[in-house]
Amino acid sequence: MRLFTHNMLSSNIKGVANGFPLRIEAEQVLEKQVDFNPDFLRNLFPKLEWKALVDGARALGYAELPEAADSSMLESEEFLRKVHHALLELHLEEGALTCPETGRKFPVNKGIPNMLLHEDEETSLQLPGSLVSQMLVRITGKQ
Amino acid sequence: MSNRPELLAPPEIFYDDSEARKYTSSSRIVDIQARLSERALELLALPVDGIPRLLLDIGCGSGLSGETLTENGHQWIGLDISQSMLNIASEREVEGDLLLGDMGQGLALRPGIIDGAISISAVQWLCNADKSSHEPRLRLKAFFGSLYRCLARGARAVFQVYPENIAQRELILRSAMHAGFAGGVVMDYPHRYARLPSRNLVLSFS
Repeated sequence: MRLFTHNMLSSNIKGVANGFPLRIEAEQVLEKQVDFNPDFLRNLFPKLEWKALVDGARALGYAELPEAADSSMLESEEFLRKVHHALLELHLEEGALTCPETGRKFPVNKGIPNMLLHEDEETSLQLPGSLVSQMLVRITGKQ
Repeated sequence: MSNRPELLAPPEIFYDDSEARKYTSSSRIVDIQARLSERALELLALPVDGIPRLLLDIGCGSGLSGETLTENGHQWIGLDISQSMLNIASEREVEGDLLLGDMGQGLALRPGIIDGAISISAVQWLCNADKSSHEPRLRLKAFFGSLYRCLARGARAVFQVYPENIAQRELILRSAMHAGFAGGVVMDYPHRYARLPSRNLVLSFS
């Protein structure tokens, strides 16, 4: 998984108000070269959550991104190349993504995050009240 | 392989390592998937400006459809419920990012960020209730609702599906409409693409 995906991914566990961004725990990171395409980056830039990208890159061992960014920086090839490297060339191979609200870990193996929710985490189920409160206890840890 | 694998078992069980490999090494299937993917991409009607987009491949399997997206210059995120299929996609070193996930649980993506979504031969799996707690209507709702939210304004989603019957097709369409999608059905008949095995619907929404 690379950071352009991480920047889009959120936790959709039932009851979570804001599941973004997922915190990255990196055990193995690989770098793979990708052709530089500034058009793609300029087009994607307005959609990025910059802080999540900076933090994510740091978690993957890359600390060259500026803390803040604005669209005027898109004129600079040097800046674009850093964004390119962070978004497209760093692969989280082994590790985990953690939901910021619940602490629930989504494991990452062979570069693939396992985002499968357990049945009691699903929003698509309709549960009777007693099961809802049991689930809340499990998620929040509070009685 | 049965013509209707979704009647045999849920996709994560049907597409085990052996089935996944069979699927991906069948040249007929590879050819069909490539044609369907090209057609879906065509129907996405992305601007012809040479700018690569960020696309979703829902039910990406072993990456056959994703390769079409890569060949056309786009970046993509693929979602599939079968670990075996995704392992093959990894082995084949597809260029997209892969996620193991269940579309019926909702797509865990931020709002308004995806430039287009394709889904080849996948959405009909949602119409089967495999676990006793899974009501297909709820799963379709979770899927279409979350997909609608994560698409950028003006973005489209194209689904090539093999519905079992008219009722299933209507269920899929209704669920999509309820989620806010507008659009319609493009029917591609077998005689246009001589090697397609059965009738299929291409749904294009925006």
